[in-house]
Amino acid sequence: MTIALYRIDDRLIHGQVVVGWGQPLDVAFIVLVDDEVRSSDWEQDLYRMGVPAHIEVVFASVDEAAERLPAWEADARVGILLVPDIDTAVGLAGRSNRVKRFNVGGIHHRAGRTERLRFVYLTDEERDKLRRLAASGVEVTAQDVPTARAVPLAEFA
Amino acid sequence: MSEPLRGVIVSHSAVAQALVSAVAAITGIDGVLVPVSNEGCDNDALGERLRQAVAARPAVLFVDLPGGSCLTNSVRYAKQHADIAVVTGVNLAMLLDFVFHRDVPPADAARRAAEAGGKAIRVTAA
Repeated sequence: MTIALYRIDDRLIHGQVVVGWGQPLDVAFIVLVDDEVRSSDWEQDLYRMGVPAHIEVVFASVDEAAERLPAWEADARVGILLVPDIDTAVGLAGRSNRVKRFNVGGIHHRAGRTERLRFVYLTDEERDKLRRLAASGVEVTAQDVPTARAVPLAEFA
Repeated sequence: MSEPLRGVIVSHSAVAQALVSAVAAITGIDGVLVPVSNEGCDNDALGERLRQAVAARPAVLFVDLPGGSCLTNSVRYAKQHADIAVVTGVNLAMLLDFVFHRDVPPADAARRAAEAGGKAIRVTAA
């Protein structure tokens, strides 16, 4: 198998990821790509708490993720790769041509963002970054849970 | 303790609000529990909701699941503030016990609540 889901989700590891996607995909490992979490032991402990023991959690910086992506993709197990925001997604895609798709799973409201979908809020700058990411050859869709439709980028940004 | 504890229920969707309503309906005690939902929140927004709900008082944060955004943000908040304890697996039984036992330190109240909640989970005879 391989990494079955590349996901942008500002909540990182949470119920939708572990249960909503993890169960139907039979996920065996989750890669959390976040420079800040990578350097914080207690944040890593916290994220591990929400994951069943049979699922491995790997914490990586963007640079580490770019380097290890071929190995994760060649893994016989099914994995999910998570990034917290668009900048991290763009950074990873810029360092590795193996990134072919990103699912926008949750970018929530904050000042300056407007609602694009129920679970996707973007500033105009963030919208433009997603468009550039797509123009570089990465398929970008939005889908919070597996039973929902994958919304093409053109429909929400 | 000079000030009785506040209980803040942190949950997905409307679970927290429903639990607050149920406790008030059963005990007649109002204003002790505050609901916080993670609906529509990123981490910063949920942290702000927690800050407002706690209102700089000693409190126990009752979280629905032992993982996920409600827990990570609650623990993050507790690490940054004194007099805050966190319990996961919130249920009605632990809240009913808590509202009558709030004159103790947060950590003691959290342990007591976890015990009360655990005792309520049973498989009954058919």
